Amino acid sequence: MIELVEAGVEGRLEPTSLRLAERRVAVIGSNGSGKSTLARLLNGLVEPTSGRVLVDGLDTRRDGREVRRRVGFVFTDPNAQLVMPTVAEDVELSLRKTHREKASRTAAALAVLERFGLADLAQRSVHALSGGQRQLLAIATVLATDPAVLVADEPTTLLDLANTRRVGEVLLGLEQQLVLVTHDLELAARCDRALVVHAGAIAFDGPAATAVDRYRTLVS
Amino acid sequence: MSAPLGVHQPGTSLLHRTTPGPKLVALLLFSVVVLMVHGPWSAVGFVAGTLVLATVAGLSARSVLAALRRFAVVAALLLAFNAWQNGWPRAIEVVGDLTALILAATVLTATTAVNDLLDTIVRALGPFRRLGVDPERVGLAFSLTLRALPGTLELAAETRDAARARGLERSLRARTTPLVLRVVARARDTGDALHARGIAD
Ligand SMILES: Nc1ncnc2c1ncn2[C@@H]1O[C@H](COP(=O)(O)OP(=O)(O)OP(=O)(O)O)[C@@H](O)[C@H]1O
Ligand SMILES: [Mg+2]
Repeated sequence: MIELVEAGVEGRLEPTSLRLAERRVAVIGSNGSGKSTLARLLNGLVEPTSGRVLVDGLDTRRDGREVRRRVGFVFTDPNAQLVMPTVAEDVELSLRKTHREKASRTAAALAVLERFGLADLAQRSVHALSGGQRQLLAIATVLATDPAVLVADEPTTLLDLANTRRVGEVLLGLEQQLVLVTHDLELAARCDRALVVHAGAIAFDGPAATAVDRYRTLVS
Repeated sequence: MSAPLGVHQPGTSLLHRTTPGPKLVALLLFSVVVLMVHGPWSAVGFVAGTLVLATVAGLSARSVLAALRRFAVVAALLLAFNAWQNGWPRAIEVVGDLTALILAATVLTATTAVNDLLDTIVRALGPFRRLGVDPERVGLAFSLTLRALPGTLELAAETRDAARARGLERSLRARTTPLVLRVVARARDTGDALHARGIAD
């Protein structure tokens, strides 16, 4: 359960109060409206300058490390997120804390890759992946540690239609709670709830389909 | 695109089977010897030696050439400058030594999985924990450096192309400012991502 209590970031997001309990929450809005700021508040990458952000009752400012263990984060550009030379090694990097033993770590990494249909690519250089495979790998490395929530900031913006669908299906099908920032209104409309962010504040909060309509009228 | 350093090529050669520790120590010793021994002939010998190593490791001629091509411009400049300033023997020594070190490092990274390297570094630094050294962090910094090298070369190539597309290939500013900004931005994004993954905590 994520809770914002009058949480704001000076100059980027007005003080906002929210409770996010739905399984799939979309965040839509124009460029520069404050979506990324809101997303980054949820795992403590950005700390509120006023108010508090709580994840399962933990304050992102005080218990940042514990919060980040519960809240995974996927970025737009997987290149920034993938740091090891090969696919398997990057997943293993996520597992270093939970699996001290090398053999069990390797096995766990392979199991994660299998889940995302990437097992064939385990030994492949990260450089030699397509954009879609790279984003799936980035998602896999984050989910490897089994967070309770996944926040994704425009995860499909750099992808073609087929990969957008594939990544979209993976994200919407997760058992974890999902907070999805996106400009893909089709994807947003399939969530259980959507927030429209406008000029640093929440302009609408409700059923996803209604939110998408509201965003369209806001822009026109 | 093939990256020079930092790409592990799985295999079964003697060098693949050797554990990372001895290989790291050997690389260190080799570097010291290369830098201490002077003269053009020894430099040529070092290059020949590392080429033999690359063959033993089962690296293809193509991947060796790819690794060297990245440094061709720097090598050519060094060669020309030293030949002019210090004469040919010295020029061959400098460029030969550099080439040998690059080849040796390429062989190490090609035959060693970075995670194994990480494990070894973390273990080796264990005793220094009491002095405030965090082995996990040092190991991570090491592997990030390996990864950042090809990434930065890639960004440099892209920036150069972008400058050319605008007809600004002669402008130093058009070729460097975006590169510096992008390298810093990528470093910041990577930092954020590591932070988000809880790896740097
Ligand atoms: N690191 C920062 N420091 C200061 N201001 C920032 C920073 N990052 C973003 N901003 C500003 O905060 C506001 C909201 O930015 P944010 O990145 O949250 O927008 P966004 O909705 O994610 O936009 P986009 O759709 O382009 O990604 C913008 O006016 C932006 O200029
Ligand atoms: Mg954004």
